[in-house]
Amino acid sequence: MVVPVSYYLALSVALFALGVIGVLIRRNVLVILMCIEMMLNAVNLAFIGFADYFKAVDGQMFVFFVMTVAAAEVAVGLALIVAIFRNRATVYVDEFNILKW
Amino acid sequence: MTLNIPSFNLASIGPWITLSIFAIAILLADALSPKGNRTAAPLLALAGLAVAGFQTISLWGKNGLDFARMVYVDNFSLFFYMVFILGTALTVLISLQYLKDYGKNLAEYYALLLFATVGMMLMAAGAHLIMIFLGLEVMSIAVYVLAGLFREDARSNEAALKYLVLGAFASAFLLFGMAMLYGAAGGTLFLNDLPGRLTAGFKPLTLLAIALLVVGFGFKVASVPFHMWTPDVYEGAPTSVTAFMAVGVKTAAFAAFARVFFLAFPTLMPDWTMVLWVLAVATMTLGNVVAIAQTNIKRMLAYSSIAHAGYLLVALVAANQLGAVSLMYYLLAYTLMNLGAFGVVILVGRKKDSYLSIYDYAGLGAQHPALAAAMALFMFALAGIPPTAGFVGKFYIFSAAVKAGYIWLAIIGVMNSVVSVYYYLRITVLMYMKPAEADLGPINFAPAVTATLLLTAAGVVLIGVFPGFLYNLALNSVKIFPGL
Amino acid sequence: MLINYLPILIYMLIAVGLLGVIVLLSELLGKKTHTVQKDIPYECGMDPIGDARSRYTVRFYIIAMFFIVFDIEAIFLYPWGVVFKPLGWFGLVEMGVFIAILAVGLAYVWGKGALEWE
Repeated sequence: MVVPVSYYLALSVALFALGVIGVLIRRNVLVILMCIEMMLNAVNLAFIGFADYFKAVDGQMFVFFVMTVAAAEVAVGLALIVAIFRNRATVYVDEFNILKW
Repeated sequence: MTLNIPSFNLASIGPWITLSIFAIAILLADALSPKGNRTAAPLLALAGLAVAGFQTISLWGKNGLDFARMVYVDNFSLFFYMVFILGTALTVLISLQYLKDYGKNLAEYYALLLFATVGMMLMAAGAHLIMIFLGLEVMSIAVYVLAGLFREDARSNEAALKYLVLGAFASAFLLFGMAMLYGAAGGTLFLNDLPGRLTAGFKPLTLLAIALLVVGFGFKVASVPFHMWTPDVYEGAPTSVTAFMAVGVKTAAFAAFARVFFLAFPTLMPDWTMVLWVLAVATMTLGNVVAIAQTNIKRMLAYSSIAHAGYLLVALVAANQLGAVSLMYYLLAYTLMNLGAFGVVILVGRKKDSYLSIYDYAGLGAQHPALAAAMALFMFALAGIPPTAGFVGKFYIFSAAVKAGYIWLAIIGVMNSVVSVYYYLRITVLMYMKPAEADLGPINFAPAVTATLLLTAAGVVLIGVFPGFLYNLALNSVKIFPGL
Repeated sequence: MLINYLPILIYMLIAVGLLGVIVLLSELLGKKTHTVQKDIPYECGMDPIGDARSRYTVRFYIIAMFFIVFDIEAIFLYPWGVVFKPLGWFGLVEMGVFIAILAVGLAYVWGKGALEWE
């Protein structure tokens, strides 16, 4: 039994949309980072779905690199959050207001 | 099972390898050597850039693909290699004294600059979307860290975090676009294969993918409506990093933008030029109009860089050979004039950026005539006044637009240039016409920064007066785009 | 066809049902005593002091960051493991370079003293 590619895509789009909404409405920067991770994972799912459908490996290769990049991004993000927390003692984006948006 | 290992030639990615090795060497030397000796890092960085420059020159004229069709080795990418190397080298020069004043002359800074440069090269030379994505991220992650270099400064923290969150958000869109493109093209992401694989049946999916790619690249080049981060990040980041961002990141993003759109979507040109037309007009207009209201010089240059992204988008919209040539010429000119302007900002800002208001430039003409003359030259160049490189670049861009039939776009662009003259000339007027509110005091002319100013000023005038050589070079490079 | 998943559904129903029945039975048949001692969160041992949600020291974050970065290398090692034989020496050298770069990262972290707990 084969899962149709449209199922993968629907789930991927839903996850991506959830991630976008999360980034836009949440205030805690840690949660925002997690939402971005969710968007990246939605992309991974789409790649896997297509790679399976077309029987091409490029898509799976892409997923490895996306995962690596996501890890690097999160590491830098966490470091910046720790640095900002030491200075400002807050993780809420609406309190990062020295520079006007 | 047997695997065919494709043949490859390490020399074709020589500059990447050199820069990576030098960056790693800088890190290792710093971590393993006893404390105190920090002078080696910038020298190593410059040495690495020089070697990479020679390697790039020796590759010049090659035309092909390497590493299992993953990497282009052609004049288009090599031209951009040179621009990146130049931009990074000048950034190293203007950073030295600035970072010492802050007590932040760290080896990591130089290593990260080199890593970011490698990322930019990947973007310019990537022949598969995975390479372009990897390059984008290698560059971006290094620049996120650089923007947050002043760990104890809340503004630097904030700038870096905003850049990271919004940058990661935009790259997620870019990636989603790539995933959709992968589906629309039936499982390939090689730029060479894409035009043949994007069949009419999947047009909606392809258009969605293109829209998402525009979001991703639009963010990196700071085009409206994805520009919100630019003024904040430019203002909060260390000035030398701001210069690097304004110059390097934008150039790399435009190189990849042009390569992907010209090479992969020539058949869909009517669709994406329409979108970019709107973006170009909005970007130019907003950048120029809001720049008028700025009193912080870094914020003003941030909006100016948004406006320049708008002009460069005009070159993309034109989508003809002259457009591609003007894009390359303008990016080099922009690198020179912007780095020069930021060099002056660093000198005038003095210890720990104490003087960043545009009113701090009042009276500069009387007290430091040479510095004021340099700043005036860069302002003229950014405004596009002859005989500087800025004028020639704009001339090429708008001619390309007219040639492609976008008369109105060219008219709007010229009108925008006129608006921009106001805020660029205001700096000049302040420097020469207004007396200083107080004695400006001595300016520490660090030799490296002075050298940078001389170099960039000479470059801006030289390529402005004699653009022919560069024009031919660029024209020769854009032959790789068959669709133009 | 979704019908193929029917056994899994039945299995899940049985698992949940069994769990429910056991909890219900112990609730119905068990002997209950309520004393002050018995109703505090920990029946034996110390009384809890303060909030259970205490803050972690920032050092855990640093270790976590290192973990993320060095852990992710494993996803590149797995595919290599699958094609280890066909790739032969070429693959070994390639991965050697990859691991060497990671080792440089480790040396950097170590040299900077980021692994010292105090």
